[in-house]
Amino acid sequence: MTWHDGWWAYAFIAIAGWLATDIWRWLGVIAGNKLRDDSEALNWVRAVATALVAAVIAKLILYPTGVLEQSPLWLRVGSVALGAAAFFLFGRKPAVGIASAIACLAAGLWWLGF
Amino acid sequence: MTKEDDEQSSLAWFGKGMRGIFSLPAFILMLSFVGFCSLTAQAGIPVEQVVFMVGMVWALPAKVILVSSMMSGAGLATAFLAVSLSSVRLMPMVAALIPELRSPRTPTWLLLFLSHFVAITAWVFAMEKVPQVPRERRVAFFAGFGITLVVANMLLVAVVYHFVADFPPIVAGCLFFLTPVYFLASIWHSARHPVVYVALLFGLIGGPLFYWLLPEFDILLAGLVGGTLAWFVERLWRLRKEVGA
Repeated sequence: MTWHDGWWAYAFIAIAGWLATDIWRWLGVIAGNKLRDDSEALNWVRAVATALVAAVIAKLILYPTGVLEQSPLWLRVGSVALGAAAFFLFGRKPAVGIASAIACLAAGLWWLGF
Repeated sequence: MTKEDDEQSSLAWFGKGMRGIFSLPAFILMLSFVGFCSLTAQAGIPVEQVVFMVGMVWALPAKVILVSSMMSGAGLATAFLAVSLSSVRLMPMVAALIPELRSPRTPTWLLLFLSHFVAITAWVFAMEKVPQVPRERRVAFFAGFGITLVVANMLLVAVVYHFVADFPPIVAGCLFFLTPVYFLASIWHSARHPVVYVALLFGLIGGPLFYWLLPEFDILLAGLVGGTLAWFVERLWRLRKEVGA
């Protein structure tokens, strides 16, 4: 497969890549600049932004790409659940939750013969 | 405080932001960029264009969509639309971050420039760390982190592109899984507003729900509907507590 050479490739990346993403960042600055620190509107924006990121997280766990595409769903969800349990049981330290979840996944993948 | 002290301190905080490159989230992101290198190398996109893309687009999901549009031979308008759709989420993310970052003296042009460095990793990192930074120094701190992260990944891509090697499957799987698990732990850990917990929960449920209902707009709808619902529920609780108290 080949892709275009020269200036057209850069123009394509600039328009379909840079402009298409930075427009939203700039609109975010304009909207965010109008929000007061303690306002209810900011609380709503915060909720929407967090839910968006959470949706991305859920998709990464439920519909992964690459190697994990072939791993069973129960292993991925179970690893996250175990990590969450460890996180809440042992002082809510992120490192504890992350390490437990990854260790569980690694053990599961190994056991399944990956 | 004299003018010189002021500048020195901003520089010091810029430096502290730069040191954020030696952190777990920065490390995880760099591993994701190793994966991006192998995607673009297999797609046959020249390394100069990949480095350009990293600097100009920055958000990783947007880049993956851009690359697949390029590969499928999509036209400029189609690619623009696909990338735009995946990037709408940047707007509320930036809007939530700006009131935390700016001081009354921060010029808007500076915020417009710095917004370019916002993507999920920098956002999660900034929302967690910035409250511990004096308000006057937050912009310098974020600039230090954001700019360093972008430049470091441009350099990384320029080098690693030539040595694309596949990790063993277990390692590759665990590396991929670090991203969602880290985001989850970090957002929960750093939440300073009760609405964040509710929104996190609703977003986690809304993501797959809307993927099943309307896959084209899943993330957007999960954010808007889930976030609004979370805001409403949390507000109701808050008001009821105030009445009860």
